[in-house]
Amino acid sequence: MALEISQASVEFPAANGRPPVEALRRVDLTIEPGDFTVALGASGCGKSTLLNLIAGFLAPSSGDIRLDGAAVEGPSADRSVVFQKHALLPWLNVIDNVAFGLKLQGTPKEQRYEVAEKFIGLLGLAGFEKSPVYSLSGGMQQRVGIARALTCDPKLLLMDEPLGALDALTRERAQELILRIWKDTGKSVFFITHSVEEALFMGTRLIVMSPRPGRIAHTFDLPFSQRFCDGEPARQIKASSDFVSLREEVLAIIFADEEEE
Amino acid sequence: MTDHISTKAPAWRQTVGGWMAQFSRSRPTRPGETYGVPGQGETVVLSLATIAAFIFVWWLVTALGLVKPLFVPSPQAILSKFVDILTAGFTGTPLWEHAGISAARVFGAFLLACAIGVPLGLAMGMSPLVRGIFDPPIEFYRPIPPLAYLPLMIIWFGIGEVSKVLLIFLSVFAPVALGAKAGVRSAAIEQIHAAYSFGASRWQVLRYVILPSALPEILTAMRIGIGFGWTTLVAAEMVAATKGIGYMVLTASQFLQTATVIMGIIVIAAIAYAFDLLMRFIERRVVPWKGRM
Repeated sequence: MALEISQASVEFPAANGRPPVEALRRVDLTIEPGDFTVALGASGCGKSTLLNLIAGFLAPSSGDIRLDGAAVEGPSADRSVVFQKHALLPWLNVIDNVAFGLKLQGTPKEQRYEVAEKFIGLLGLAGFEKSPVYSLSGGMQQRVGIARALTCDPKLLLMDEPLGALDALTRERAQELILRIWKDTGKSVFFITHSVEEALFMGTRLIVMSPRPGRIAHTFDLPFSQRFCDGEPARQIKASSDFVSLREEVLAIIFADEEEE
Repeated sequence: MTDHISTKAPAWRQTVGGWMAQFSRSRPTRPGETYGVPGQGETVVLSLATIAAFIFVWWLVTALGLVKPLFVPSPQAILSKFVDILTAGFTGTPLWEHAGISAARVFGAFLLACAIGVPLGLAMGMSPLVRGIFDPPIEFYRPIPPLAYLPLMIIWFGIGEVSKVLLIFLSVFAPVALGAKAGVRSAAIEQIHAAYSFGASRWQVLRYVILPSALPEILTAMRIGIGFGWTTLVAAEMVAATKGIGYMVLTASQFLQTATVIMGIIVIAAIAYAFDLLMRFIERRVVPWKGRM
């Protein structure tokens, strides 16, 4: 399976006296099975627009998006989204939130609890099945959000700054957790972040986007997540000289974009 | 050497300032409380004390003979009137029957208004077509006092139960429908998008995301709506009623039976308040997550 975006452009029409905005111009992107694609860029560069295109929330003005050769026409369970703000349902407890996607697909209760239980364990939430989600900490809520997306068994997991609201320590743990799950489940991931370090550490491929018009300016292939999965400690990777030099290179690109404003 | 200028305010200003300071900044909280939550603190004791003080002053004023019983009967008189009507009845009908009939009218109208208003409000929130059709009539009649269209009700629907219940229904219907309509907006767009990205249909999004998240607003609207229902009760029972608390109050007022009027008012308030407590209890049980996410 592969997701193929070819020559996709998005133009938001003029509104309230504001001229039309070219949010994305002729984007080409292919996400192969097992890819961990990270999108990075200054605000307004179209990262979220790109995610909305892939998720099917937004139709491109021109160009097309295909998943396994079939055109993407709206959201579907083969592309589950994890949001920046977890977007959990507070009237459901942890296990019902995690099993929510399966419920929508009509899976019987016992079966969906069985699957949910597996992902609850995988994300270290065991023992909290019956807890109301509003009583959990931010980090745990985000993990429930990730577990919920995984239970749908999507071909592609879309993550829109899922760790943005977490504190530094929780964030690093969550990064490692997501990488382990990615390795274990073999899912493809499309991941948006503001953090250069997070982007470099997690991705197998990095797309750096530039604003006005939103476009993919640079693409890098990254070795670091593979090295982590091969057993190298995260801190050691992040301190290694090739990591640091690439971080500076990417930072320079992003700062150049910010200064153009 | 210059004169020493006192930085201290005069004593009276310090006292007043100290008293005023509670309005500008509160003291640190005790462990277990949250600093700066508006209006936090227990109120039960204060409320009970207020009621006790009110009844005491009422009793005092009547006991000292400051006001004629025709204007303000004493609390004891109200109580004995209550017992009297409870046992002997008013115009041949016992009090519980008056109360029961009024409650049946209000709750009947309330249930009907919820059964129609909630789905219609949700539909108005979900569909521009439905909203476009129903918004003008509801917004048009909503601010009209029920007494103004009471004559129309009588002309169109006669003087039977229909016009009474319909009058109450109309006063409950608008707040319930508009509350449900507004409630549709309480689901976060991320919650809706999440459901769609897990393969939900439009119907499932309505059933499993929008409806539950609208529930707090719907319950609040129902509480407001039943309040309007009780305020319309007396108007409804002006229409050729022979039973009901509203009828009792109206008739008693015509014969200057002030004690019965006040007793009727208290009975209406008591029933309405008891129902509101029930609704609050339901709210805590059904939407414990309200305001917490």
